[in-house]
Amino acid sequence: MAADPASSPPLLCERGAPGRRAYRLPPLDVPQRPVDQLIPAQARRRMPLRLPELSELEVVRHYTTLAHRNWAVDVGFYPLGSCTMKYNPRVNELVASWPGFSRLHPYQREESVQGALEIMDRLERYLCEIAGMEAATLTPAAGAHGEFLGLLLIRAYHRERGEEACRREVIVPDSAHGTNPASAAMAGYRVVVVPSNPRGGVDLAALKRMVGPATAALMLTNPNTLGLFEEEILDIAETVHQAGGLLYYDGANMNAILGIARPGDMGFDVVHLNLHKTFATPHGGGGPGAGAIAVKQALIPYLPAPRLARDPATGRLRFVDPGPRSVGRVKEFHGHFGVLLRAYAYIRMLGAEGLREVAETAVLNANYCQALLKKAGEYEFPYPRFCKHEFVFSARRQKQASGLHAIDLAKRLLDYGFHPPTVAFPLIVEEALMCEPAETETKETLDAFVRSLLDVAREAREEPETVREAPHTLPVSRLDEVRANRHLVLRWQNPGKREDRRLGEAP
Amino acid sequence: MFVPHTPAERRAMLDAIGVPDIAELFADIPASLRLERPLALPRPLSEAELLGELQSLAAQNADLDHHPCFRGAGVYDHLIPAAVPQLASRGEFLTAYTPYQAEASQGELQALFEFQSMMAELTGLEVANSSMYDGATALAEALFLATAATGRPEVLLPRTLHPEYREVVATYLAPRGLSWQEVPFNSRTGGMDLEQLSALLGERTAALVVQNPNFLGCVETEAARMIDLAHQAGALVVMVVDPISLALLAPPGELGADLAVGNGQPLGNPPAFGGPHFGFLAARADLVRRLPGRLVGETVDRHGRRGFVLVLQTREQHIRRERATSNICTNQALQALTAAVYLALLGPAGLAKVASACLHKAHYAASRLASLPGFRLAFPEGVFFQEFVLEVPFDPFSLDDELAAAGIIGPLPLYRRLAGEEWKHRMLVCVTEARTRQEIDRLVALMGRGGSCHGS
Repeated sequence: MAADPASSPPLLCERGAPGRRAYRLPPLDVPQRPVDQLIPAQARRRMPLRLPELSELEVVRHYTTLAHRNWAVDVGFYPLGSCTMKYNPRVNELVASWPGFSRLHPYQREESVQGALEIMDRLERYLCEIAGMEAATLTPAAGAHGEFLGLLLIRAYHRERGEEACRREVIVPDSAHGTNPASAAMAGYRVVVVPSNPRGGVDLAALKRMVGPATAALMLTNPNTLGLFEEEILDIAETVHQAGGLLYYDGANMNAILGIARPGDMGFDVVHLNLHKTFATPHGGGGPGAGAIAVKQALIPYLPAPRLARDPATGRLRFVDPGPRSVGRVKEFHGHFGVLLRAYAYIRMLGAEGLREVAETAVLNANYCQALLKKAGEYEFPYPRFCKHEFVFSARRQKQASGLHAIDLAKRLLDYGFHPPTVAFPLIVEEALMCEPAETETKETLDAFVRSLLDVAREAREEPETVREAPHTLPVSRLDEVRANRHLVLRWQNPGKREDRRLGEAP
Repeated sequence: MFVPHTPAERRAMLDAIGVPDIAELFADIPASLRLERPLALPRPLSEAELLGELQSLAAQNADLDHHPCFRGAGVYDHLIPAAVPQLASRGEFLTAYTPYQAEASQGELQALFEFQSMMAELTGLEVANSSMYDGATALAEALFLATAATGRPEVLLPRTLHPEYREVVATYLAPRGLSWQEVPFNSRTGGMDLEQLSALLGERTAALVVQNPNFLGCVETEAARMIDLAHQAGALVVMVVDPISLALLAPPGELGADLAVGNGQPLGNPPAFGGPHFGFLAARADLVRRLPGRLVGETVDRHGRRGFVLVLQTREQHIRRERATSNICTNQALQALTAAVYLALLGPAGLAKVASACLHKAHYAASRLASLPGFRLAFPEGVFFQEFVLEVPFDPFSLDDELAAAGIIGPLPLYRRLAGEEWKHRMLVCVTEARTRQEIDRLVALMGRGGSCHGS
């Protein structure tokens, strides 16, 4: 069955008409020379450039139509575990759009961007204080990018001790985010997996057997992806350090402990912070993020280019060469300034007290939902503990009774007007649903969400087909992922083959 | 701030949990780790105070609205239609996560599918992913792909590659034991030296990188030959390109390149002091299973209605873990969507006009600047698009001081950004369609006087 284009909003290439225009440039105010004199024929484009041709109103309607078909925090509850979908303050968007921040060139003279550098310098210091670390770099583009960089720092540390060749292993828990092992592999390490214990923490005895002269680092999320604080973190840190390894902190779950505990005090040597999670910068439908890294003293010499420093003579901030021990550069320019600015504004508005209230409320909201769900008794809860900012429960019972999977329940939840929790992660919990309400949601929303989860559980018992075939009320029903992967269609087709696609061509 | 509960609600929630206070929920944190003092941060600001503080910080920055910019080097000041930020900043796009539940995220997925389609079209290649962090990391990841696909350990980078791209590639390649060599350039054309390229290509070469236009602004007019040579040696070719230039210049796919990457900022994204921008990555269809990053594909729902989903997720870290093609997760979806809106508004004719205006304005500026006494183009036989290297009879850094004093963000002094004494008197000049003739003429007049604004 071929997709019927009339069944969904038209693609850009199915709108418009050849010759239609939306934007007019100013008239060319310099003399023109024949293009062949400037660019020889073999260097010029010969292929036609087939792009849509629309009026401005058509473009506005197109993207407004698409916006209406998109779930977002601004639309409703979005309790994706490990994603911290909190409210993104509007004032930050306003500020980021000001020309004084958005219209700066990265290679401008440092004297002409002192305001921007001041924000970066202060943010570095705030993040160090929040994480309990000594120095920070704002360069990484995202959490995974920060992980890769953090592991490069760890590698450089071992190299200077003559141990790079023997310390080949990075240990990650079986509950770790997928980026942890992927980053370790990218940084040239072998990945060793440490199991979790029955309380959902790292199995300390197993870890003790695993560490040794081959250990480069342990990567840990704390609270972990089960939403549980690693109660034995001090023993874990000591175990790894005694073996000569370093501790890497995946900051994806930092929202749970802001102002309450600090990774630096726990013994972590490198920390990344997801500014797009913890510090309320919008996720943008998948990005941009910012994955700032903070380190202990011993790792400062390896930090990447560029480093920010204050000239003692003039008091001015400038970028300086990080020196020969640096791991080099991991990104062009100086990081995602637009994201950094929003995170800075957020920290300034909240202050110490506000950040602590964020963590307390995030943890309150998660435990509240967990308590109501546990009391109702529909779902299995694998770990009998208070959670931190998120909790994991299982649809194992629904699977056994009706053959339904966590993903089916998730899809049905969409019909109730909620974005579902993360499904099928962490991998160590069968039919996992991982729920992170975030601190910005009201009690009414949480109550309604829990009621809907219980309604879905009841439907799973009484009318499982309704759940299996969900969603029923969204613009599309369950999409055929097998087909999408077997018959890859990754772009619109050649317009010559389809009359309904109306691409214009450049003259 | 931004926390909604009243004290009564908080109490009710604690009661439902069955704990006397919130501290009880943190009891599993060892006592020695609990921070017994407030974080040392400045006092919280109200929104009005925050706006005041940030206004004063913004005022310390010389923005491009008030300071005509002749600096490029990877980030370009192009005109952005007003509708671009208006549409791209809608809350439904801004505050969404990665579209993991496709049925609830058809808007984002369709927008990214359209983005992929237009990037494939621009680059002349068959597939494009839905974005990378930036051009430099897109290049590094493309080179990982090439070394894996060919089983070879070395890549060739042009000496005229953007220096920050070279630094990023070097950082990425090192831990995997991969290496790189530089291909020198021709000192008259500013393009890659073909003879030296032939000598460097060999059985160890996984990939050749061709930047076009290169960091010096020069168009690689012999790109097709370089690509042939690399293919004859069994290597893949990755082109680093400027997306605006592709309306005018031969796209990578037409030249025979296997992969194309670049910084997509010129497509409707503001310079933003260097980010967030986005990287794009396009490839031949047969390389699709090796690509890093998210891909959106078309499919149908149960009723045969068209819809879009993330595809080939088994390449990605959340499924494949340490065997994934890359660790990338968060990408630059919003900047990619911004680029799609820009392309939709410009259309093929609009984009061609932008490219043409850049070309003519840059050539007008070049001919006027090169006719000043003591000035000349560093690569007299070179072909260029919107940037060119100018040799000046003064110290470029003092010239830059003078231009700054006159309110102009002048051409980029190249000394110390590029190794060698030959760059001591050279500047990289960029002129886009956003510069007016009046601004160009003023730049020429100021530079002719050694930048001095006295008497102007």
